[in-house]
Amino acid sequence: MALPDALLELADDHLVLGHRLSEWCGHAPMLEEDLAMPNMALDLIGTARSLYTRAGELEGKGRTEDDLAYFRGERDYRNILLVERPNNDFAQTMLRQLYFAAFMEPYWQAALDSTDDVVRGVAGKAVKEVAYHIRHAGEWVIRLGDGTEESAERMQEAVLDLHPYTGELFDEGSVEGEGALPSRAAMHGAWEATMKDIFAQALLDWPEELGQMRGGRTGQHGEQLGHMLAEMQSLARAHPGAVW
Amino acid sequence: MYSQGLIGADSRTEETPEFLEAFQKRIDAEEKIEPNDPMPEGYRKTLVRQIGQHAHSEIVGMLPEGNWITRAPSLRRKAALLAKVQDEGGHGLYLYCAAETLGVTRKQMTEELLSGKAKYSSIFNYPTLTWADIGAIGWLVDGAAIMNQIPLCRCSYGPYARAMIRVCKEESFHQRQGYELMMSLAQGTEEQKAMAQDALNRWWWPSVMMFGPHDSESQHSDQSMAWKIKRFSNDELRQKFITATVPQAQYLGLSIPDPDLTFNEETQMWEHGPIDWNEFWRVVKGQGPVSRDRVKARKTAWNDGAWVREAALAHAEKRKTRKMAAE
Repeated sequence: MALPDALLELADDHLVLGHRLSEWCGHAPMLEEDLAMPNMALDLIGTARSLYTRAGELEGKGRTEDDLAYFRGERDYRNILLVERPNNDFAQTMLRQLYFAAFMEPYWQAALDSTDDVVRGVAGKAVKEVAYHIRHAGEWVIRLGDGTEESAERMQEAVLDLHPYTGELFDEGSVEGEGALPSRAAMHGAWEATMKDIFAQALLDWPEELGQMRGGRTGQHGEQLGHMLAEMQSLARAHPGAVW
Repeated sequence: MYSQGLIGADSRTEETPEFLEAFQKRIDAEEKIEPNDPMPEGYRKTLVRQIGQHAHSEIVGMLPEGNWITRAPSLRRKAALLAKVQDEGGHGLYLYCAAETLGVTRKQMTEELLSGKAKYSSIFNYPTLTWADIGAIGWLVDGAAIMNQIPLCRCSYGPYARAMIRVCKEESFHQRQGYELMMSLAQGTEEQKAMAQDALNRWWWPSVMMFGPHDSESQHSDQSMAWKIKRFSNDELRQKFITATVPQAQYLGLSIPDPDLTFNEETQMWEHGPIDWNEFWRVVKGQGPVSRDRVKARKTAWNDGAWVREAALAHAEKRKTRKMAAE
């Protein structure tokens, strides 16, 4: 795999998760979360924009961030399945965020040494942002896991629903050895340490044996991504070539 | 005579003529009234109502614009809209805090919004049908809001006045952003231009009505003026807005949907034709095109989030108990 493709995978992860978070805007359980979720969504979409732009430059076909975001279909999107999972309830949304951020934090740390200037720049900014995402989502996982009976049940349900999608985080592409992007597999230890620490405080059991779901990196997505992209791309595709 | 309880104040204020006169003197001397100062009950009530309505408007106002976040046609626009709607939520939070200094809680105010007892700006009871509506709201609705809000930075009640300084800075950014969005459409394809004109056609009159009834019909105006909660009349502000906005529409090459719009050479002001006040009152009374949907969306978010808020409280309680047991 070439670097532009690897950047596209990373950009798709960020855009899809940012979009999912943005779906909450105006409908959150409390006003503070109506501010916090768009904040995280903005971080993720900002990261996606830089990565798409860099992927387009390196690819050399003149594709812009918007060409890449709005004019590729669900079979061309390369995000992992975890990030496209629907919001469902607030417990699922926060856990999904935590799973992803706990992976990205050590990943961006490692990417601070990237051989690619843009990746280094993105990493420098993103590493601070995802540390905050871990804190914010992690605090919610703890509150809900150790809150009321209902919230604990919902949190446990979220673990059962989402944990099977975490294995895909660590699947290597093929550019890791070249120095532009860190190894994904190498993040497993740090990710698990963060997650287990939070799970212990949230009184959640760490699931040892749950089958692992894969397919996003090869364009084999769940049914929901198509709906998300149909909505996201509808206006841009109705007016091809228009400038907004 | 009349008395009132104030948050943090253990004494009750007798509204004797001497007290009212001394209060008015402070107002006339442009002194700021602060939360723990004695104040007439009417002054407090007026502010609670006004700041509450303002906060609710910010919160409900997240819905029409939020309607386009997931369909924004470029990543730049998507980020800008998300940030804008987030700002509105921030204003709501800020304003609820300002109202809380007058002895009401955010929970009480929220319940009044959900029960329909408290009002919010009628403008948000119109639907956002196309992407151009996002531009029109920034340009016209935020533009009209700024006209109303700039004088509030000098409002006699300190916490409200200070909150409005920040709110106005952000609103003025939103207004420019909305105008810039309209400009892209106005300079775009025929379809984009038509979209922009259609949005202006639909949002113009509701925006003009945002300043409220004519001065002759306005219920709350005189006392609010005397208390310096309000500094300009509805019609003065409306006139300012129209005069500022007409040249902006002309620059975009869009036409204002008012056949009677005329420029008064003497006053150098643009003057509008008759306003359909039946429509205004219909929407104020809850019969706007999406009035029920808006309140319902807020209720759904509130009810669906109840278990989250309960869990947060339960967890905080558990922590406190554990901490006490450990000490």
